[in-house]
Order: sequence, then structure tokens, then C-alpha cells
Amino acid sequence: MLDHLWLILFFPLAGALLNGLAGRRLGKKSVSFTACAAVGLSFLASSKGALDLWKLPPEGRSVEQALFTWIDSGAFRAEAGFQLDPLSAIMILVVSGVSFLIHIYSIGYMHEDRDFSRYFAFLNLFVFSMLLLVLANNLLLLYVGWEGVGLCSYLLIGFWFERRAAAAAATKAFIVNRIGDFGFAIGILLLFFTFGTLDHTEIFQRAPEKLQGGGMMATAITLLLFVGATGKSAQLPLYVWLPDAMEGPTPVSALIHAATMVTAGVYMVARFHVLYELAPFSLSVVAILGALTAIFAASIGLVQNDMKRVMAYSTISQLGYMFLGCGVGAFAAAIFHLMTHAFFKALLFLGAGSVMHALSGETDLRRMGALKERMLVTFWTMALGCATLAGMPPLSAFFSKDEILWRAWSSPYGHPLLWFVGVATAGLTAFYAFRVLFVAFLGPPRIDGKVAQHLHESPKVMTVPMVVLAVLSVVGGSIGVPAVFGGGNQFEAFLASVFGAQRAGGAEVAHGSAGLELFLMAVSTFVALGGIWTAYRFYVRDPELPWRTAARFRKTYDLLLNKYYVDELYDLFIVEPLRKGAVFLWKAFDIQVVDRLVNGIASLVAEGSLVLRRFQTGLVPNYVLFILVGVVAVVGYLAFGR
Amino acid sequence: MDLPILSIITFLPLLGAFILLFVERRREAFIKGLAFVVSLVGFLLSLHLFAAFRADTPELQFVEKVPWVEGLGVSYFLGIDGLSLFLVLLTTFLSAVAILASFSVVHKVKEYMICMLLLETGMVGVFVALDLLLFYIFWEAMLIPMYFLIGVWGGPRRIYATWKFILYTMAGSVLMLVGIIILYLLGGRTFDLPALSQVSIPPGLQRWLFFAFALAFAIKVPMFPFHTWLPDAHVEAPTAGSVLLAGVLLKMGTYGFLRFALPLFPQASVEFAPLILFLALVGILYGALVSMIQPDLKTLVAYSSVSHLGFVMLGMFALTIQGVEGAILQMVNHGLSTGALFLIVGMLYDRMHTRMIEELGGLYRPLPLLGAFFLIVAFSSIGLPGLNGFVGEFLILVGTFLRSKLYAVLAAVGVILAAVYMLWMLQRVMFGEQRGQEAGHLFDLSGREIAVLLPVVLCILWIGIYPHPFLKRMDASVQHLLQQIQVRQAISHQPSAFRILDLGLRISELGSLHQSFNPKSEIGNPQSSDRRPLIAESLREGWNSSSLR
Repeated sequence: MLDHLWLILFFPLAGALLNGLAGRRLGKKSVSFTACAAVGLSFLASSKGALDLWKLPPEGRSVEQALFTWIDSGAFRAEAGFQLDPLSAIMILVVSGVSFLIHIYSIGYMHEDRDFSRYFAFLNLFVFSMLLLVLANNLLLLYVGWEGVGLCSYLLIGFWFERRAAAAAATKAFIVNRIGDFGFAIGILLLFFTFGTLDHTEIFQRAPEKLQGGGMMATAITLLLFVGATGKSAQLPLYVWLPDAMEGPTPVSALIHAATMVTAGVYMVARFHVLYELAPFSLSVVAILGALTAIFAASIGLVQNDMKRVMAYSTISQLGYMFLGCGVGAFAAAIFHLMTHAFFKALLFLGAGSVMHALSGETDLRRMGALKERMLVTFWTMALGCATLAGMPPLSAFFSKDEILWRAWSSPYGHPLLWFVGVATAGLTAFYAFRVLFVAFLGPPRIDGKVAQHLHESPKVMTVPMVVLAVLSVVGGSIGVPAVFGGGNQFEAFLASVFGAQRAGGAEVAHGSAGLELFLMAVSTFVALGGIWTAYRFYVRDPELPWRTAARFRKTYDLLLNKYYVDELYDLFIVEPLRKGAVFLWKAFDIQVVDRLVNGIASLVAEGSLVLRRFQTGLVPNYVLFILVGVVAVVGYLAFGR
Repeated sequence: MDLPILSIITFLPLLGAFILLFVERRREAFIKGLAFVVSLVGFLLSLHLFAAFRADTPELQFVEKVPWVEGLGVSYFLGIDGLSLFLVLLTTFLSAVAILASFSVVHKVKEYMICMLLLETGMVGVFVALDLLLFYIFWEAMLIPMYFLIGVWGGPRRIYATWKFILYTMAGSVLMLVGIIILYLLGGRTFDLPALSQVSIPPGLQRWLFFAFALAFAIKVPMFPFHTWLPDAHVEAPTAGSVLLAGVLLKMGTYGFLRFALPLFPQASVEFAPLILFLALVGILYGALVSMIQPDLKTLVAYSSVSHLGFVMLGMFALTIQGVEGAILQMVNHGLSTGALFLIVGMLYDRMHTRMIEELGGLYRPLPLLGAFFLIVAFSSIGLPGLNGFVGEFLILVGTFLRSKLYAVLAAVGVILAAVYMLWMLQRVMFGEQRGQEAGHLFDLSGREIAVLLPVVLCILWIGIYPHPFLKRMDASVQHLLQQIQVRQAISHQPSAFRILDLGLRISELGSLHQSFNPKSEIGNPQSSDRRPLIAESLREGWNSSSLR
């Protein structure tokens, strides 16, 4: 398999082409079979690849393959080549695996849509782009996948393009991503300028000699790349596209939030950890921005009434955790959390989709309630998902999140304040997660009568993927159990050949401070439990309490409900001035100045000809006079002028 | 192969036009068919150029040279190299596409097709002529069929637009003619381009000559602030006219810089580079911003051209390999993408009878196939990796970055804006609730329309995924051009007017490639003074004393 890495990419691309070109002539069955088989085969190929890689000795676990030279101009050169190492192996497994489940689920969710084949073609293309991103062996090819997922998110967010909001959200997503990519592209240019190559391996090898540790160049490059990450991974200040991305079909949200797209930024930062480690300032920026985003988004998530929006802000917040992990140098922990998050967030979105499926597309929490009776599978899987999100031990996210928190405290790049923000976020997270669960599934029914009659559990094709994801959310953490619990943390060990064995299995660290680590875990767990208990008090025991609280803290509540008015601020300070400036340039400058000048010169000639025409009288005496004047002038000049 | 293939490609359309003269005007189907076949054969022949082109040498290939007006030193001199190969291909390709797209023309079909074929001859001629006078003849001759295309088959304000277009361009080219004559006298009474580019021209005169040529080319490109004829001409031109206007005619300006201004006046080119880079940058941002708020699809695309050609000029005058190669590739890319955009806008207009964005909406549902093509082409124009626009734009950015970081960064803002104006337009025209005509009246693309768009889209994909065959063929020529400039460029005198701009370039430089354009001595400067007659010497001194300094 290691000699045929391209196969991993080939299947989803072929599926996308087949469904995109011929999908309308194929039946729904063939379309869904093609699409699922494509991603399924890709998952099998990825598994085989990862397994083969695993069998290699740890120091040799990096395989590269070049297909052809893509761009070649002067000293600039970019290959179409792939690289499989433990990091990309984990990524392709997560991407293709979770995507496969989402594909299966989509068969049920989208079965009535008339653009069934278009949907699956885009979905396959999405998976292809993401796999390309993580398998690329150079930055420019990574950038192809990077923009490719941007394109696919555009196409899928705007899938129901007849809805104005969907079309606008799609445009917004792409443009905001483009703003991030602007920084990313400049970063690429600067990298090429410094290294003369964009090949990952070469860059990492030469980094210590080419870049001065903590120097300007290293800081500039890493910060610019991070700008790209804030766009793609929806961090402050470029997160604004992600909540709007809810306009797409719900499985697409699952795909964007869990397996593809938003994890790209985290992956990229982890992939370039060599450079980031040379730029401590950038690491601090990443960590602080990650922590800020985490608590910022979680606070918005507290009060949103739209089920999917809560999940969206939750994703932003969880991505903040991952960047916090990267920023404190815990790259393996960040990737670990990326993986567990992929499981439980996909699960939560699929659960939300299942609820919408049952409620004819309703996403407003205020019009749900008491769903538990009719939707047992959805309820229990969602409950597990929410518990995982809340970081309850021993579910998977408990291990990954606490690993990040512990490193935020203990790492040389860390700071207790970062840990504190992380723990506070954990409390908020537990609250909003269980708020959704309690309001939607328990509590009094507030569903419209008509809708309630159709209330039903989703078909097997949808519930089975949810169950699988629930199982993964529960047990997925077992491969990364830290040393304090006697686990070997095989996950980190596997990644050690990429990130270096900075923790050396965690043995020595645990030796001195195992007690502290356990204590911090206990604190974060209690904070999370506090969040759950508050949610229980608010939404199950005393349903009037939330309203009283909201009324008491009216201003805060409004601020959060309106998402800190960030969209409005952007409109006011960026979008409108740009539009008005453009109108000014066109109407006042282009037409009134430039074009007038051009036409003015033309009419000057015309006016001038009117004057000159007077001399053409047609009368010979006049002409003789002119000749005489001319002769006198010339002779006069020759005689006296010089 | 000893066939004069360039002549055949150039004059085959002329022959076709001549034959059309004798065809009865009511046999419209035959006329259309014949015109298309002629242009298609021309394209197929030009594919031979692509296949037989030798990529390993900067030498001129497929050269044909015979004395024409011997007494005046005019020769019939054709040839191509890596700079012009793809523009010839682009021209023959887009001509065939545009003629196929014009099958829907209803009145005066015969005259229309004759104009199209004449136009093709003129355009190909511009790209293959290596004798300055011959070049000038093609350059001007090509205006005539374009004049009629816009003036006869154009929209309501066509007369104003034609006048503006023709007079503006002519005003520019007149100065160029003066420049050509001065060069002719200076270079020993010859119009032969390779010979003339060996002549070393004193810096003062060089500036004036550069200015004369550059004005003609800058109007054609069009560079900011000479761009206002473009939206007018595009709005009024028929679809095929717009396609060729944007696809090929604008490239004549950029090609002019590349083929004539740079090698003939290397020193002045380097001196003026800061100014041109600055104007290019303004064009990129200005064109994009103004494009964003256009109410008319055609003016939107027209202003986007201003932005895209700003990129071409930026890359070219960065004077780095990546920049120039990116610029050439981007000329082709712009021809394909913008050509296709105009085709699609034309197809929309045929169906909706309006181009105003606010009167359109939700057209993806009734026109999914057209919509799919529209999306691909729009994203090619946006510069999505995997499609052609990215390769050109990125190389230009790399090339510019090596010269000036600041300019590259600012130009990259244009890449964001490109997404803004294109996607916002798509959102309003293709998505949302359907507006305008009822869905029942709308038919998706016909077989002919697919045949028009599909080849363009295939090229868009090809260049995006595997640009190697293109880059490989231009490499030797571009390297040669840059070496020529480097070698022949004397100690650079920066005219004070551009000092500030140049400072902007320098400030933003960390490691500098700039030195390579300031060689300490005129090593290997080829002297051809022995062939220079006295009159040129005196002229030269006269100019020297009145130089810009």
C-alpha cells in the first residue's frame, strides 16, 4: 500500500467525477453506493497504509511519493507528491473513517432531495480535498487541498442555494477563508523566499540552520501561516463564517466540523511544529488566541436557541482547545483532541440532524422537548456525545482535553492562566452541552401539533452510524491514556517520530508531578460536573430559572445572544466602507475624473478643429495672406531669431 | 517541415474571408460552417507549432524571412519563440470558439463572418511578425474589423464605444509609429526586431522611445488610468467581439511590452519598472474594487480584466523568471477564463435579454449546466488552485515577492477581492430565488453551446493540473530575455519622479534580487555601431542633449 498512496485519493476523486458527471442518469441507489464505496475504499486503503506504516521501525516511519512535477519555473518547483507519516496516517484514518459514516448517514438524511447526486459528488470532492491536504508532501499542494476544502464548503453550505441565507453564508465562508488564506499565501511566499523550496521534509531539515530561533523570520512565517489557520479553523477573529455555515445540510455540518475543513488549521500548525518551536512568540500567540477563542465561543454557546448554532460555537471553542494545545507545544495532545472531537462532534451533529429529520427541519430548541420518549437511540447517543463533550471521565475527550490542560499548566510554554481559562471553558462547555440535551430531550414538550404527529426515530441507515460514533467517542480515548493512569499513551508514542519524544512517554514528568496532574484533572472534572448540575437545575428542576436569570443579567444576556455583535461590527467597519469606497471610486473617480479627462482631450481636439476650420475659408486671397504671414515669420526667425 | 506554416496560419482566415465574398449571402448556414471550418483548421495547424516547438532553445522558430520592400529595408519576417507561441495558440483557439459561439448571429451573417476571419488574421499577424513595420501594419489593420464588429453588431451606444475605442488606441499607436521610425533610422535602416534589439540606444532617447511604445501598449492592455474605453467597448460589443477583445486584443498590449519594450529598451524598462509596477498594482486593486459594485455583468467582467491584467503587468515588470513566466501564462489564462465568462454572459443574455445583475437571480435551478460551467470559470478567475488562474497568479506573486515584498503583499489583496466580486455576483445571479423570466421558457445549454464552452474548460483544467508543458516551452525564451536585459542594462539612472516609488520597492526588500539589474559594467554589450549611419549619430546626440535629465 505504501507504494500506492495515490489510491487513497483516487477513490473519492473518482466517485466525485462519476457522480458529478453522470449522477443525474444514475439512480439514487447507484449514486449513494458509488459515493459510499468510494470513501469506504479510501478508508480501507488508509487503514492498510497506516498498518503498513506501523510495521516499519519507528524512525523509518515516513514514506514519500512523487507523482509528477506540478509547477516548475526557474528555481521554483512544486511537486504533486504525497507523504505518509504517523501524523498524516492518523489524519487520513480520521478523515476517511468519519466521512464514511457521514456518507452512510446522508443516504437516509438526503433521500428526498432532488439534487441527490450533486450532493454526493460534492461530498466526495470534500473528502478528496481534505485527504490531499493531509497527504501533501509540500506546502503548495497542501494549499491546493486547503483551498479545495474551502471550495467544497462553499458548494455544500450553499447547497440549498435557493435560500438566500444559504447562498449568502456560502459566499461569506469562502471570502472569510480567503482573507485567512491571504496570510497563508504570504507565509508560503516567505517560506519559499527563505528556504528556496516548499517541500516539507527539506524545510524541516534546514529550518535550524536557515531560521534563527526566536528570530524575526521564523516568527513572521509562523504567524502568517497561523492567519490561514484562524480562517480555516474558525478562530478569532475569522470565526464568523462557521456559525453561518449551518445553512448547509446537517451531515455537511458534521463533515465540516468533525472530519474535514476546520481541523485543517490544527493539522497545519502541528505539521509545521518544527517552525513553531523556533518561534516561541508565535507559540504564545497561538496558545493565547486559542484559549481566548475557546472561552469566547463557549460563552456565546451558552444562550443560543438554535441547536446547530450551539454546536457550531462549541466547535469553535473546541478548536480553541486544540490551538491551546499546539501553542503550549503539546502537538500530539492537540491531534489527540482533534481525533476525539471528530468522533463526538460528528455524533452530535448527526444527532441534531436526526432530531431535525424527525421535526421537519426544526432547529429551535424552544420548539423541542420530551423527545426522549420517541427517539431513544438518538437520545442515548446524543447523551453520550454531550457527556464526552463535557469531558466526563473516562470518555475519550476527558483524556484528550485534560492532556491539553495539563500541558497548558506544566509545559515550559504554558501558564497557569491558560490552564484557568481552559478549565473555565470546560465548565461552560458542560453547561451548554447538557442544556441542549435537557431542553431538547427532557423537559416539557413544546413541539407544534402537526410536527409532533410525525415524530419518529430515524431509520437504521442514520442511527447505525450514530451508534458507531458513540462507541468511538466512548472508547476512542483508550489509545491515549496517560501514564498517570498506567496507560502507555500509545497515541503519543506513535506520533513521537513526528513531534519528537519531548515527553518520552510521559514517564519522568509523571514521576515528579503525578499528584499535581491528578489534582488538576479532578478540578476540571468537578468544574464540568458543576456545569452539568447547573444545566440540570436550570432546565429540568426549575424551567423558570433561566428566564429569571436572563432577566436579571439582561445586558450580558443580550450581548451573548447577539454574539457580541461581531458580525454587525464587521459590517460597519469593513464591509460597508469597502462597498462605499468602491462606489466612490467608480462613480466619482472613474467616471467623473478619468473618463472625463479622456473625453475632455477628445473634445479639446474637436473644439480646436472648430477654431481651425475657420481658416479654411476657400477664398484664395485669404490663403495668400496666410502664406505671406508665414513667410515673414520664417524669414524673420532665420534672420534675427538665432 | 518547409511549409511556411506561420504564413498559412496567419493568412488562411484571410483566404477564407476572400472566399466568403463570393458566397451568396442567403446561404447563411454554409457561410457559418465555412468560417468555422477555416478557423478550426487554423487552430489545428497551430497545434503543430505546439508539438514541433523546441523547448530547449530561446531561438526564433518557424522563421520565414523574405525581403519585402527592399529599398526601405522592410522584410516579411515571421517567427515565434516561447513568448509568442501560446498567444498564437490562444488566438486561433479563441477565434474558432468565438466563431462557433456566433452561430446565433442573425443579421448580416456574411459580413460578420468576414470580419471575424479578418480579425483573426490581424491578431495572429501581430503575434508572429518580427519586422516592426509588418507588426505595425497588423496592429493597426486589426482595428478595422473590430471597428465594424462593435459598430455594426453592437449594442445601443455602439457608435460612442467604437469611436472611443478606435480613437483611443490610434492615438496611442501614432506615437509608437514615430518611435518605430526613429528606431529605423537609428538601427541602420531596418525594421528587423532581432537586429534592432542589438542596437544600444542612449538612455535619454531610450526613455522617450520607451514612453512612445509604452503608451500604445498601456492603452491596449489597458493599464490604469487608460482603462475607461474597456467597459464601454465591452458593453456594446457583441459576445464574440467581447471574447476576442478581452481574450486576445488586450494581450497585444502586454505582448508588446514583452516583445518590444523590454528587449529594445532594457535600460528604460528597468528605470520605468517602478512606475509600471505601481500602476499595475493600482490597476489590480482599483479594477477589483470597481468591478465589485458594477450593476452590469459585462462591465463587471470588464473591470475584472483591468485587475487581472494588472497582475500580468506586475509579474512582467518584476523582471524575474517566475514573474515573467507567470505573466505569460496568465495572459493565456485570462484569455481562457475571461473569454469563457463573456461567452457565458452572452448565453445568459440570449435567454434573459438583460445583463443587469439586479434583474437576474436564482438561475442555477433552471440552468444547471450553464451554472456548472459558470462556477468552474468563475473559480478559475478567482484563482482556485487546481485551475489555471492559480498557477499564473501564484507564479506572478512569487516573482514579485522576490523583487518587492510590499508589492506582492498588496497584490495578494487583489486575490481576496477577486473572490469578493465574483462570488457576490454568482450569489446574486445564480443563487437565491429565481427572478426574471419563468423557468418554463429557459432552456439549458444546447449542444453547440456545450461545444463552445467545454474545450475552454478543459484547457482551464489542464493548465491548472499540469502546466508543465506550457512552462517548459516558455522557459528558455524568458531566461534569454532576462539575461538580455541584465546584460544590456547600463548603469541605471533613476528619474527623480520615480524615486519615491522605487524607494517603496527597496524598503520592503530584505534580501535583494534588485542588484542583479544593476550590473556594474556593461559587460558584453553588443556594439553594432559599425552599421549605424551618420544620421543616426547626429540624431542620437540631439536626443541626448534634450533627454529627460
